[in-house]
Amino acid sequence: MSSFDKLDIKNKKEQKKLNVDFAELKSGGFIKQNKKDLFTVRLRVPGGRMPIERLNKIIKIAQKYGKANFVHFTTRQSLEIISININDFNKLKSELKKIGQQTASCGPRVRVATGCGGCEYNARGIIDAQKLALQSDRKFFGIPTIHGKFKISFAGCHSDCTRAKGADIGFIGEIEPGWSERKCIGCGLCAKACLEGAIISDKKTGKPVYDASKCIFCGDCIKICPTSAMHEKKVGCGLYVGGKWGRHPRIADLITHLFPAKDIIPVIKKTIDWYIKNGKKRERIGNTIDRLGIKKYKNEINYKRSY
Amino acid sequence: MEKQIKIAKKLDLTGVICPTNFVKTKLALEDLKKGQILEIILDDGEPIRNVPRSIKEDGHKIIKVENIKNKFKILIKK
Ligand code: HEM
Ligand code: SF4
Ligand code: SF4
Ligand code: SF4
Repeated sequence: MSSFDKLDIKNKKEQKKLNVDFAELKSGGFIKQNKKDLFTVRLRVPGGRMPIERLNKIIKIAQKYGKANFVHFTTRQSLEIISININDFNKLKSELKKIGQQTASCGPRVRVATGCGGCEYNARGIIDAQKLALQSDRKFFGIPTIHGKFKISFAGCHSDCTRAKGADIGFIGEIEPGWSERKCIGCGLCAKACLEGAIISDKKTGKPVYDASKCIFCGDCIKICPTSAMHEKKVGCGLYVGGKWGRHPRIADLITHLFPAKDIIPVIKKTIDWYIKNGKKRERIGNTIDRLGIKKYKNEINYKRSY
Repeated sequence: MEKQIKIAKKLDLTGVICPTNFVKTKLALEDLKKGQILEIILDDGEPIRNVPRSIKEDGHKIIKVENIKNKFKILIKK
């Protein structure tokens, strides 16, 4: 990000000569490399989902303009074309545009949303992390936050492969278990499956004794129950805010369990607005929360608990 | 009650780790006819957490689970 500032100092004449749109360069996706005039181009790939047909076309573009003989897959599901000469910037940009491929964002803006396979094709997924990532990316990608970067992430279940708890706002698929005594054969498997100690098997009957205060709503007890005595009562998300990685990592705060999926877009919007209003320059929302208190955030996003 | 259940095949999976224990269960079930019962013995810990779930996901029915010391006897109906 700061490397663009250096670029800007280069005199206007040079800018004219190169005929490069520096505003566009700065707004995102083009990252200065350690050698003069070479850039990395980071692509916008929400949810890490890349149509095969488009990937084929990107390969051709990378072969044509990338001076390196490789591409790079980033930790946040993006694909980067390496060592693009600044003189090829405009041609590359228009070729990417033709195939419907945008570049990612940089600076104090909302980043590309990430998401795991979720329930669309992953056996452990509880929510459709792919669909939600694509939806929220369409809505929020590139929005200026004034203060710092803002990352959105979705994980299908509490395994959290996409590290939603390390994002500025993250959602993790959850199920609240219900129990029908009538169907229960007292096998005790649900207690075995629960890693949180929220189910204890009754010594005499083998039937579950459930402690909701320990439950994280992972749904493992439902998946294992052979008779569907343990069943899905409600699906939602763990809502996490204020996570980040980098020099001083911070795990996101749990705002609520079982947040309803239909309120995801509104709560992201409220959270970005809150950050814009309350944040300081270069501060991530996690630090804003540390400075002002999680209570203030919770009160001001005014989420009415529905459970 | 147990006497009425006719067990077609037995498989002791003590000491067999994931996912080999599940693969062996799967192969054993393939040899059975629909409705026949397979008995398996599983260790506590990862095996008891994983194998029954996978069996269920494959569409078979667990009809009984019995805890014997640190092991589990499980009856599966194909
Ligand atoms: C059979 C074993 C494993 C399977 C099936 C598996 C599956 C996955 C999947 C599907 C994802 C990607 C989610 C996504 O971004 O769409 C993932 C991410 C991840 N896995 Fe695994 N995994 C396995 C073992 C491990 C192990 C042993 C570790 C660490 C010791 C690990 C650490 C991670 C981490 C850190 C991520 C997030 C990576 C990132 O931020 O880009 N996984 N895993
Ligand atoms: S978070 Fe859950 S659903 Fe998503 S990839 Fe990991 S295990 Fe699968
Ligand atoms: S949902 Fe998860 S944490 Fe809650 S009781 Fe079931 S297994 Fe335990
Ligand atoms: S796993 Fe299902 S059948 Fe077995 S004890 Fe738990 S609720 Fe009852």
